[in-house]
Amino acid sequence: MTTDNQHDLITDICTRYGNDKGRMLDILTAVQERLRCIDETSMHTIADTIGCSRIEVEGVVTFYSFFSVERKGDITIRLCDDIVDRFAGMKEISMIFEEELGIKLGQTSDDGRFSIDHAACIGMCDQAPAALINDVVITSLTPESARDIAQKLKTGTPPQELLNSVGDGNNAHELIRAMVNNNIRRFGEVLFDDANTGKGLKQALHQSPQDIIEQVIESGLRGCGGAGFPTGRKWSMAANTPATERYVICNADEGEPGTFKDRVLLTERAELVIEGMTIAARAIASTQGIIYLRGEYAYLKPYLEACLQSQRDSNFLGKNIGNVDGFDFDIRIQLGAGAYICGEESSLISSCEGLRGEPKNRPPYPVEKGYLDCPTLVNNVETFACIARIIERGAQWFNSIGTDDSSGTKLISISGDCDRPGVYELPYGTTVHELLKLAGAEQAAAVQVGGPSGQMIDPTAYGRKICFEDLPTGGAIIVFGSHRNILEIVEYYLDFFISESCGYCTPCRVGNVFLKERIGKIRKGFAELMDLDYLRELSNTVIQTSRCGLGQTSPKPVISSMDNFPLVYSALLKEHPDGMRASFDIQKTLEESRHLAKRRSHIFDTSYDN
Amino acid sequence: MSDSPKKRLATTSLAGCFGCHMSLLDIDERILALIEQVEFDRSPINDIKKITRRCDVGLIEGGCCNEENVHTLQEFRRKCDVLVAVGQCAIMGGLPVMRNAIMHSDDPLKECLYEAYIDSPYIQNDNHQIPNDPALPLILDRVYSCSEVVKIDYQIPGCPPSGDMLWQTLTSLIEGRPENLPLELIKYD
Repeated sequence: MTTDNQHDLITDICTRYGNDKGRMLDILTAVQERLRCIDETSMHTIADTIGCSRIEVEGVVTFYSFFSVERKGDITIRLCDDIVDRFAGMKEISMIFEEELGIKLGQTSDDGRFSIDHAACIGMCDQAPAALINDVVITSLTPESARDIAQKLKTGTPPQELLNSVGDGNNAHELIRAMVNNNIRRFGEVLFDDANTGKGLKQALHQSPQDIIEQVIESGLRGCGGAGFPTGRKWSMAANTPATERYVICNADEGEPGTFKDRVLLTERAELVIEGMTIAARAIASTQGIIYLRGEYAYLKPYLEACLQSQRDSNFLGKNIGNVDGFDFDIRIQLGAGAYICGEESSLISSCEGLRGEPKNRPPYPVEKGYLDCPTLVNNVETFACIARIIERGAQWFNSIGTDDSSGTKLISISGDCDRPGVYELPYGTTVHELLKLAGAEQAAAVQVGGPSGQMIDPTAYGRKICFEDLPTGGAIIVFGSHRNILEIVEYYLDFFISESCGYCTPCRVGNVFLKERIGKIRKGFAELMDLDYLRELSNTVIQTSRCGLGQTSPKPVISSMDNFPLVYSALLKEHPDGMRASFDIQKTLEESRHLAKRRSHIFDTSYDN
Repeated sequence: MSDSPKKRLATTSLAGCFGCHMSLLDIDERILALIEQVEFDRSPINDIKKITRRCDVGLIEGGCCNEENVHTLQEFRRKCDVLVAVGQCAIMGGLPVMRNAIMHSDDPLKECLYEAYIDSPYIQNDNHQIPNDPALPLILDRVYSCSEVVKIDYQIPGCPPSGDMLWQTLTSLIEGRPENLPLELIKYD
């Protein structure tokens, strides 16, 4: 592409987004898609066109894993590197891709056709190993299918035509056509009940905002993303902050490894989610909403756009919704670009504003000062879907399901070493044991509840309940059999947090690296008892001093595995009464020096007789 | 600690600048009180080069950048009941550890030596050679803090720790009291 063409292409893209700096993420996504990179020249052009400095553009480009300064292949293969995918055989799959395409992981082929990269969890753990080929999701890879795909790609088959089949339910919809399966194993009474929607919103049209918020409070609904903040309280805070504009944002950036329930909800119950957002708009007097869809789920975007359009056509979105004068609300979809941290609400808001997805200082909280400095309500996909049902069927009905402090049902995504991985809608209060029985994993040796930022529990704790009073979860349950290495899992999770840390604060940027090093030392058999004290102390420091939720939870795999699997650690410890460190190998440290000096050591080489 | 009336104290400077030892001299006339209670074994203060017998306390200044440092530190560990890392270099590697920043090279040590003796525009090294006298100890692949090489019992932070701080720590150790350093002695900002 000539420089002139490139310039025109980029200015066209910028014009499409109104030369708005706030839409930087969309602009960069479009440029990356067309040019397969965002190089220096492109950054300059973008900066000049939208009126900011090149370094601001570079800051955003280098933050998100889906953007690259170096050119990526026309076909970018992203192999999911989640622990579940690893255990399902991703290593072999990635070797096959490397072999067939003649490039290594992280490389782009010389002819610019292909590149292979790792991606953090892409939300397909129940059908691992999985990969993204451009925006096309390939699931349940086997060595044979991987080889077949690689060969077809080489002969020029476009990614979309690689699919032999489409998945269940709406995955077969003409606007989705993905081989992804929903694997809904249990339909509960709240979310996966009949799809007949619109009733909640119709009710809400005749209610005052205050009434709606009262019902949400009464229902006892708590945020379904993991933190469990009471939804009604959040709503009343957003409604009570004086402002001329307020925003409603749906957090569809489920990046917690092992979580994929929002993907299923968006595939099967998108209208319910949109309805919930519209009810929220009425409750807090908002006119604009955003669905922040993670980049990995880009394949759902055309379908979701169509859902939004059909809601507009039925007058459930747009101007004077439901013929209520002055009730205007519309929603746009903001596509993410591969950053786990953007699931944290203030980072998500930064990302929507076209900035690096870094967390903001709190307070002020987003409900006071969020998107574009206006009060902003950020709720999880599942939370909004629950809202629509609560308004439709009543707060008391919802409150009667579940436990005292955790009302309703929870969508749980189960993956790992079990017979029936998938999505289960179960009332809060279900025990881990019941879950494992349903999923066919009664022999589980360890269960990671709530993803890496949750807890790893052992069989003695399987009687515990999934609810905020006991074991909270954003929806991820990962099952590990007795043949898995607990420390390998812990080390993997630390790796994950290291690569997803935004790098802003030191405890998280540096602390997680030190934690990982120490776990590595233990695995090698060089550790002593004091290393466990070190791990605990450093974990607490990282938890207490990190700026956002990522660092405040990243040491949890270490702490919960030390608490619940102490013998795994102690089996690897070795005390050295002479006080010498087993990890220090003098011969190794001198190797290079001997080579450079061309002589041996007269202290440590005993045969030295010079 | 042993039962002998006077405690034995050994000190050494590894990859350090001797600043911590200078600071030890800052206890001024209290050194007279000190030698009432302790007998100095190997130390730059009395120029004894080898530890003569088992010691109660060993003070280590500096980290390990060459094989001799490792050898000395291991000897101290073997022959001292309590080993104390004194100052930032002993605890974290200090200034010498800056060379560990050369880590993305295929041959970090070579790159480091070339920068120090051949390539840098600020050096005067007429024979263009990297020093390699057989009497020179071999340099390690990187700089190690003391606790990476042997078990360290206590650390005294500072660059250098003040004379008062060293005095306080030493007298506590000698009297077998739990260490209790007042905040003003270890607060640096």
